[in-house]
Amino acid sequence: MTKGWTLYDPRLAWMLVAPVLLLLIFFLLLPIAMMAVYTFFTFVTAGVEQGTLTVANWHEFFTDSYYHGFLLKTLRVGAMTALICGVFGYFPAYFIWATTFKHKWLLLLLLIVPFWISFTIRTFSWINILGEQGVINVTLLRLGLIHEPLQMLYTEGAVILGLLHFLLPYMILNVYVSLESIDRTLISAARSMGCTSAQAFREVTLPLSLPGLAAGLLLCFVLAAGSYVTPQLLGAGRDALFGNLIYDTIMGQLNWPMGATLSIVLFVVLGFFAAIYTRYMGMSQIVKGLGG
Amino acid sequence: MKLTDTKRLERLHDRYMNGGLDRRAFLGLTAAAATSVGLTMPWMGRALAAVTEVRFDGWGGTVQDALDKYAFQPYTKKTGIKVVQGTFGDENEIITKVKTAKPGDFQVVHSSGVNYYIKYVNAGMTSEINEANIPNMANVLQPMIEPFRKLTPKLSAVPYDYGTTGIAYNTDVISAEEAKEQGVKMLFDKKYAGKIGGYADMTTRVWYAALATGQDPNKIEDMDAIWAKVREQRDIAKKFWGSGAELMDLLSKGEIVVTDAWSGRVASLQDQGHPIGYLDPKGSYAWMEDMLVLKGSPMAECEELINFMLETDTSIAVAEGQGYPPSLDPTKVKLTEKIEKLPAFDSTGKMEALTFADPKYWADNEDAWQKQWDRIAKGA
Repeated sequence: MTKGWTLYDPRLAWMLVAPVLLLLIFFLLLPIAMMAVYTFFTFVTAGVEQGTLTVANWHEFFTDSYYHGFLLKTLRVGAMTALICGVFGYFPAYFIWATTFKHKWLLLLLLIVPFWISFTIRTFSWINILGEQGVINVTLLRLGLIHEPLQMLYTEGAVILGLLHFLLPYMILNVYVSLESIDRTLISAARSMGCTSAQAFREVTLPLSLPGLAAGLLLCFVLAAGSYVTPQLLGAGRDALFGNLIYDTIMGQLNWPMGATLSIVLFVVLGFFAAIYTRYMGMSQIVKGLGG
Repeated sequence: MKLTDTKRLERLHDRYMNGGLDRRAFLGLTAAAATSVGLTMPWMGRALAAVTEVRFDGWGGTVQDALDKYAFQPYTKKTGIKVVQGTFGDENEIITKVKTAKPGDFQVVHSSGVNYYIKYVNAGMTSEINEANIPNMANVLQPMIEPFRKLTPKLSAVPYDYGTTGIAYNTDVISAEEAKEQGVKMLFDKKYAGKIGGYADMTTRVWYAALATGQDPNKIEDMDAIWAKVREQRDIAKKFWGSGAELMDLLSKGEIVVTDAWSGRVASLQDQGHPIGYLDPKGSYAWMEDMLVLKGSPMAECEELINFMLETDTSIAVAEGQGYPPSLDPTKVKLTEKIEKLPAFDSTGKMEALTFADPKYWADNEDAWQKQWDRIAKGA
């Protein structure tokens, strides 16, 4: 069958890539396409829809400010989370990269350790820290620093904190991988030409690590904006994100056509940001950051 | 339990009629069963007794622990049929799962009465129970069966327990006298702002808003006043809880001092020694739960399981364990003193003292109200 084929024969390339293409078609594109079709179905009552095509769901989305408000809020919380992750994630990544500690692998391992515990349990743990009977409030009350427990749980701050806890390792790994790819002789060269350590960092290290930082920002933004468990557990109703609206619509109202519409909206919006990033930075940075 | 060939064939037929078996398999097994009249092969018995487990989905926590300990384990011991269990925090969650699964993947659901029953019926998820196979239904309270029969003359569910969503309060903060005097108003009292809870469920929120605005929850006339009241409570509530476990956690840790609450969960907290009082105000929301058999289930086994669960001893043990009165008619069956002391227990067998939601009225408004509640819960 392959008689007469050359090493770089395009047919061979297609054969090699075919399994992945099929997986992508059947497990990604087809489900998304089905979801897109569902957005045009007619909602009858909870749990029941008809195949009669309608644009009512899209009309509702475009004309109802309730959805727009939550979409903007989701983008804001996602952006804030990503930025805070960037600020707090850069320093540990830099430290791991720059340290002369013999067992650097141990530091990297510590980054991965939280992943060994269920995400839900990790999120729940904040209730015991931030709650009225949580560690912080109890300590402050016993020290006499406060007289009433502070309202920390079920706030937007608690949601962002939970998201940081979840996403920080992704940011650190992205930045670390980017730093690792820097040729250290460039820094030595900068120093030998009279740069101070700070100048060498500002002129050489920081610019060269920016692709990793940007990849981390995108990854954290997309994951934060798409999350729904963290706001569900750590936030009050008004701290919900767009993912919670989708959950409510599909699981609470059992309105799949509208739920599908909202899902496609979130997919398109987050895809838009990913596309912009790919246009200017390339996806390879994220793959590197994820250990690829 | 030894099954006769006739019984096995009946079960086989039931499975086929309910979609649990395809035609080819049904005919093959029937032929094998017919052959067995004169010639029995070792594999035939296994083929005919293929149902070795029944799938059950319930509310988890202390309620399901009681079901498991006092009903499922003894049933398995008696019949050899395992009860594979799953849990859910919100019944819409299980409806979504059933919708995406094939018939028979989910079989028996501990469902929340007629309000939800209608959803399963509308979505075509229900089966038809052969009541002759559940002789213990004769002891079940007729006022509990009637609402189901109004929706589907051929039942798909059997009422199993009932309770109320009354008001739970922390007795260290609120006295019994104050609770009795204030009643529903406690849930809206600004004095307890930041310490108020509530079930994150449209029906409960609308119900209590109706009581607080002096309206009949089964015939609301001023819906704007209801939503205004729901918003008022949202703004002073600390958290609307989503499961019995969360309710118990919030109350026991003192995060909230007053909330509407499920009577059985409060009984569990009281048993554990927590300072929690319970009050059923006038018009308190009463609900019933049922064992719903879904389409495609192995009917004979499910009916056998439900019949076992309705045995007087089993039903009493479960009721005492979960803290909710059983669906058994106290005028026909002698119940225990412990059950008679449970919140919401109705000794008359007429259920007239309890206010249940009118299924037709609530079903007609469900979609619009659910959507509005979801929005209000999120700050709208």
